[in-house]
Amino acid sequence: MTQNKFLLARKKGMTQFFREDGSVVPVTVLEAGPCTVTGLREPERDGYSAVQVGFIPARDKHVNKPQLVAAEKAGVKAHRVLREFRVPELNGYEVGQELNSSVFEVGDIVDVVGTSKGRGFAGTIKAHNFARGNETHGCMNVRRPGSIGQCAYPGRVFKGQRMGKHLGAARRTVKNLVIESVDAEKGLLLVRGGIPGPPNGLIQVAAAKTPKPRRK
Amino acid sequence: MDNIIQDVQKQFMKEDVPAFKTGDIVRVEYLIREGKVERVQPFIGQVIQFKGHGVGKTFTVRRIVQGEGVERTFPLHSPLVVNVKVERNPINRPRRAKLFFLRDRTGRSAQL
Repeated sequence: MTQNKFLLARKKGMTQFFREDGSVVPVTVLEAGPCTVTGLREPERDGYSAVQVGFIPARDKHVNKPQLVAAEKAGVKAHRVLREFRVPELNGYEVGQELNSSVFEVGDIVDVVGTSKGRGFAGTIKAHNFARGNETHGCMNVRRPGSIGQCAYPGRVFKGQRMGKHLGAARRTVKNLVIESVDAEKGLLLVRGGIPGPPNGLIQVAAAKTPKPRRK
Repeated sequence: MDNIIQDVQKQFMKEDVPAFKTGDIVRVEYLIREGKVERVQPFIGQVIQFKGHGVGKTFTVRRIVQGEGVERTFPLHSPLVVNVKVERNPINRPRRAKLFFLRDRTGRSAQL
């Protein structure tokens, strides 16, 4: 719920590097920040404490009127993306403050939120890992789900029966990833492992809520 | 591929990659750690393919050991690949990038 390190980022893609002992570390490259603090949520006024940050400064015509006015009142530039991050305490944060990738350090454990790649309406094989039927020997049931229930009793399909569905394009969190490298100059973060979403997808990076020590 | 990715990869890549091509007979010096002892194990053979790009680029070396073909793939930029020395160039430089046809040949016909 509460976290002190956070940033908005764009996923750039994956690569890898070698450790001294020759083992390979797969990493995702994130173009993180710079983010501007565009507002503060205070417990007295809003009932919770959070920091609102903006990412990617936008021209006026790309922002709707309420957001534009809010940015003007706060005395900051309008941004394409606004997100709030809960923090335990607000001290140290000011409206207009710039945050860049140097808020993170190498070895930090983070949770990463992204929007997974959309798969459209996916069948049971892709969506639920169902088995496929034979393609030969006269079988017509190749990618069909098969039986979805019994007969006159219960006379209905049970709730929760797995079927084809719209898959992907949903908010997904990956917990406990390790920051392997920070480049404050270029605003890059290298995070160990894969991250949901396509290249250039919007990513939220924040210190892990329940950090778990990772095996090496 | 994205320029940012390429920039990131550059910092992980070896600056002085030994120059060799497919078809060359090379001696790959591969670092092996046995407990605390480090030693270099050479693998001598013919380069039959390069694969990938950037940090993940690999090459495959083929040799005949006791009448059996043995292939080993090395990551070009791995710190364990200490050095690659070219022992001999092929007499006729092959005109293709992948020399998989050598797998089907033995003896003199397997020589380039």
